[in-house]
Amino acid sequence: MQDVRDALYIGHRSDGTLTRRPMSPHLQVYRFRLSMFLSIANRAAGVAAAAGSALGVCWLSAAAKGPESFKKVQKVTRNPLGKLALAGWTLALVYHFVAGLRHLAWDTGHRFEKKEINEDGPVAVGVTVGATLVLLASIFGVAACRSRKKKAS
Amino acid sequence: MNASHTPRIDVMRSQLGRARGLGSAKTGVDHWWLERMSAVALVPLSGWFVIQVLRLAGAEQQDVVEWGGKPVNASMLLALMVLTFYHMQLGLQVIIDDYVHGKAHLPASLLLKGAALLIGLFAVIAVLKLALAPSTKAGA
Repeated sequence: MQDVRDALYIGHRSDGTLTRRPMSPHLQVYRFRLSMFLSIANRAAGVAAAAGSALGVCWLSAAAKGPESFKKVQKVTRNPLGKLALAGWTLALVYHFVAGLRHLAWDTGHRFEKKEINEDGPVAVGVTVGATLVLLASIFGVAACRSRKKKAS
Repeated sequence: MNASHTPRIDVMRSQLGRARGLGSAKTGVDHWWLERMSAVALVPLSGWFVIQVLRLAGAEQQDVVEWGGKPVNASMLLALMVLTFYHMQLGLQVIIDDYVHGKAHLPASLLLKGAALLIGLFAVIAVLKLALAPSTKAGA
């Protein structure tokens, strides 16, 4: 026992030997709640958004490096799998943004009652899905228009 | 904090006794506060970024060069990159604090800081090159 956090975990059996006390009930004990999923989803979305942002920097550096590097990146962004990754990154960013706004509201003491949190959860899901779909449709729509215009000219 | 092995007491004084009366950890507020403040700053910057993405969707390299050459865009992009990777480092550090215990904690934290710093630097240099010295030659 070196770690102070162990203080309340270690106890004695009736024969005097040491034992580690059980921890408090973990995930599988609790009934599924939307708020528990949204909480861990915010963390996961943050990690995904970070990974996507690192790839976004590659796009930026390719644009700075020159037309040939940029063409290589375009091969990725115009590939169906690349588009799927782009869609996933968008979803992660939008959800992390929405959940972040909720956190900022909670930090100022707003909407932090259990009832309000349970009301806002489905709204956050709806806003995330809606905004992601609108955003993706706009991005791919603009890209399609641009390539059609280029072919015409 | 391994759950499986039999516990052993190395220090005779009770761990609870050692921890009691020490008060709070005395650090951490700055980390929490900077995470919130970078988040607040990223709200308008993200809005700007969405508009720019819609402007640049499907763009060719010369469009991006022209866009990145404007001082306003380069400044906003620099602010976005620095704050994004700063916020990323703060957030991922909390994940490491939550899940990585014992000896692995320090190397994991240092690795994260190094990676975040390098990606951030890479982003800044890319924006500066795009703004100040973009390459438009086909052979480059």
